[in-house]
Amino acid sequence: MTVSTEFGGTSRPEAGGESSPEKLLAPVLSAFWDEDRSWTLEGYRRHEGYEGLRKALAMSPDDVIAYVKEAGLRGRGGAGFPTGMKWQFIPQGDGKPHYLVVNADESEPGTCKDIPLLFANPHALIEGIVIACHAIRSEHAFIYLRGEVVPVLRRLHEAVREAYAAGYLGKNVLGSGLNLELTVHAGAGAYICGEETALLDSLEGRRGQPRLRPPFPAVAGLYACPTVVNNVESIASVPAILHKGKEWFRSMGSEKSPGFTLYSLSGHVANPGQYEAPLGITLRQLLEMSGGMRPGHRLKFWTPGGSSTPMLTEEHLDVPLDYEGVGAAGSMLGTKALQCFDETTCVVRAVTRWTEFYAHESCGKCTPCREGTYWLVQLLRDIEAGKGAMSDLDKLADIADNINGKSFCALGDGAASPIFSSLKYFREEYAQHITGGGCPFDPAKSTAWADHRTEVNA
Amino acid sequence: MTTTPSEQGVSLGMPQLPAPDYPDDVRARLEADAREIIGRYPDSRSALLPLLHLVQSEEGYVTRTGMRFCADMLGLTTAEVTAVATFYTMYRRKPSGDYQVGVCTNTLCAVMGGDAIFSALQEHLGVGNGETTGDGKVTLEHIECNAACDFAPVVMVNWEFFDNQTVESARRLVDDLRAGAEVRPTRGAPLCTYKETARILAGFPDPRPGAVDASGSAGPASLIGLRLAKGEQPEPRIVHPRGEEIRGAAPQDEPPAEHRSSHDAPQKTSASDPAHPAGPVTEEGE
Repeated sequence: MTVSTEFGGTSRPEAGGESSPEKLLAPVLSAFWDEDRSWTLEGYRRHEGYEGLRKALAMSPDDVIAYVKEAGLRGRGGAGFPTGMKWQFIPQGDGKPHYLVVNADESEPGTCKDIPLLFANPHALIEGIVIACHAIRSEHAFIYLRGEVVPVLRRLHEAVREAYAAGYLGKNVLGSGLNLELTVHAGAGAYICGEETALLDSLEGRRGQPRLRPPFPAVAGLYACPTVVNNVESIASVPAILHKGKEWFRSMGSEKSPGFTLYSLSGHVANPGQYEAPLGITLRQLLEMSGGMRPGHRLKFWTPGGSSTPMLTEEHLDVPLDYEGVGAAGSMLGTKALQCFDETTCVVRAVTRWTEFYAHESCGKCTPCREGTYWLVQLLRDIEAGKGAMSDLDKLADIADNINGKSFCALGDGAASPIFSSLKYFREEYAQHITGGGCPFDPAKSTAWADHRTEVNA
Repeated sequence: MTTTPSEQGVSLGMPQLPAPDYPDDVRARLEADAREIIGRYPDSRSALLPLLHLVQSEEGYVTRTGMRFCADMLGLTTAEVTAVATFYTMYRRKPSGDYQVGVCTNTLCAVMGGDAIFSALQEHLGVGNGETTGDGKVTLEHIECNAACDFAPVVMVNWEFFDNQTVESARRLVDDLRAGAEVRPTRGAPLCTYKETARILAGFPDPRPGAVDASGSAGPASLIGLRLAKGEQPEPRIVHPRGEEIRGAAPQDEPPAEHRSSHDAPQKTSASDPAHPAGPVTEEGE
C-alpha cells in the first residue's frame, strides 16, 4: 500500500490515464502565471480580468452575497468558514463604516500559496476586493501583507496604482456609484498577526494580540466597526465564481467542499511547487503526477495544511484533501501546505523546531500558551539531546493538553497539534532518543543536496 | 533597552532624558512623509507600523529619536510607541548592516539545509545570530518561515528571495554583498540597502525603473502544477537520481545563475558535511 510513494521520477504514470495531471489539476488563479508580465493589469485583462466585477456590479449587494454563498466557497486561510456567510453577518443599515481586511500575513510554517499568487497575479485579489466591498457595502479595504516579502509588496503597490488609474478603485467604480479606497499595509514580523483579531489590533497600530470574542469582527472589528477578514486566496477566488458561474465552481470538488484551490507541495519531493486542483485530490495523486518523493526515499510524515495541522503518515496518502476528508483523518485541511518529510528526517527535531517557533511567536497574552510553549521547548530540547526521561513523554502530552483549547486563540491549539500527532505516530522514535542517549539521525542526509553530495564525494 | 552605553552607568533613579530631536531638515522631510502615511488611514494610530518602518528607513534602525517622532506625529506617548516597536521582529533596535541576511531555520528549510547554511555563514562571517560584520555590511540572523517552502532552503536578503540555496551559494552571496557587487535575488528586484527597503515597507513604491518587473512573473516551483496541467513534464531539480545518469535539463542546485558578478575566484569544493548543530538554534534569549 505504501510502495507507490517510491517513484523517484522513474515510473511516472502514463499521460492520459485516470491520473493524468490534465484531468486532475485545474489551474484557475495560476492559469497564466507562465506568461510574461502576468501580474500587470494588461496581463490580467488578457484572461478576462475584471469581467467578474462587471457582473457583480450589475447585481444588488445582497444578491452577490447570496451567489457566493450558493457557490459554496469556503475560507482558504485554514478554518474553512463559508465566505458568503461571513459577508452576510455584516449588519446592514447600521450607519457605521464597514471594512474589508484581507489577511495576507501568510506565515504558517509550510504555507506558501498566497505569496506566489500575489506575486504573479495580484489583480485577482484586487478584483475580488472590489466585488466583496460592493457586497458588504464597504468603502475602505485593507490588504495586511506580512512585511517580509518586499517583492510582493512592490507588485501590490503597482497593481493598486494600476487599478485606481483604470477606475476599478476610487470614486464611482466603473460608474456604479461605489466609492472604494484600498490601502496596502505592510506588517512588521509577527506570526500572531495572521490571527484575525490580532491582525485587527496590529492594523490599528497596536501590539498584535488577539481579542476576546464575542464580539466578533463582523460586529466590532476594525475601529469597532463591522469588518470582514478574509484570506487572500478566498477573495481572489471570487472573481472567477462570478465570471464563470457558481455551477462551474460547484462542478469541482465535493458537495461540502466545492471548487478549486492551491496545494503547495514542499519538502523531500521530486518536484515541490504549487498545484491548483479541485478540492479532494489526494496526496498520492499529487505525488504520482509530480514524480513522487525524491529518488530512493519514502514518505515518513507530512502536514496537510501547515505545522498547526496534526501530522499524517503514509497511511493517509489516500485521504481526500478537502475539509471533511482531512477532518475525518484526525487533522485539518488548513492552508493545504503539504510539507513532506522522508525517512531521513527526525520527527523529534522537526517537532522541536516547530515548537520553538510557537514559543517565539506566542504573543504572551495568555498563560497556557506563553508558559506552555516555553516548557514544551525545554522538554523537547532535552529529549532531542538525549537528556530526557521516559516520563517526559507524558509530561509533553500533559502540557500540550493544557494549551489545547485553553488558550486565548488558535496559536495555542496549533502548538499542541505537532506534539499530539507526533506522539501518536512516532512515540517509539521519542523513546529512542531517550534510551539511546541522543538523536539517531544524521541531519546531513536530509538536506536537499544530500544525495548529490554522496555521489560527488564517494 | 533604549539606554545608550553612556547612560547605563546612571543608577540614581533619574528618568531618562528625552531623546534628541531630528535635525530640522530631516524632521521636515519625515513630517511630510508621515502626513502622507497618516492620510491613508481613517484613524491616525493605524499609521504607527508604517511610521516605524519610515524612521527605520532614515537611520537603519528604530532609535529613541525615531520613536519620539512617531509619538509626536500620532499623539501617543513614547511608551505606547516603544511597546509596539518592541513587539515586532522587523524593527531593529540597534545599528545593523546594509544587508540583512536571514536564513530560514523553521523546520522544513532547516531540514532541507537551512541549519547547515546558517551554521556555515556564522563561521564564514565570524558573527553570531543578530550580529553584524565589522565592515557594517551584513547582519546575519535566522528567520522563521517566509512562505517559500517550495523553494527550500531559502535565504532572504533585505526581504528579497534567494531560493534553493546551498552552503556554497550562500557563502558566495555574502561575499558578493560585502564586495559591493550587484546581487540579484531569485525572486525580487536587484538589492537596495536596508534603509531603502524600509521605505518601501513604509508604503512608498520602489522608484527604480524595472524594479517591479524584475525576476519575471513567477518562480519555477510556482509554475510546476501549471506546466503539468498543460501536459508538460517537470524538469528534474535539486538532486540527481542516485546512481543514474542525469536525464533532461540540468539540475538547478549548483551555482545559481543569479550571482553573475561573482566569480572569478575558484569556487570552494565543499566538504561533504560542514559542521552544523543538529540541535535547535539557541542564540536567541528566551
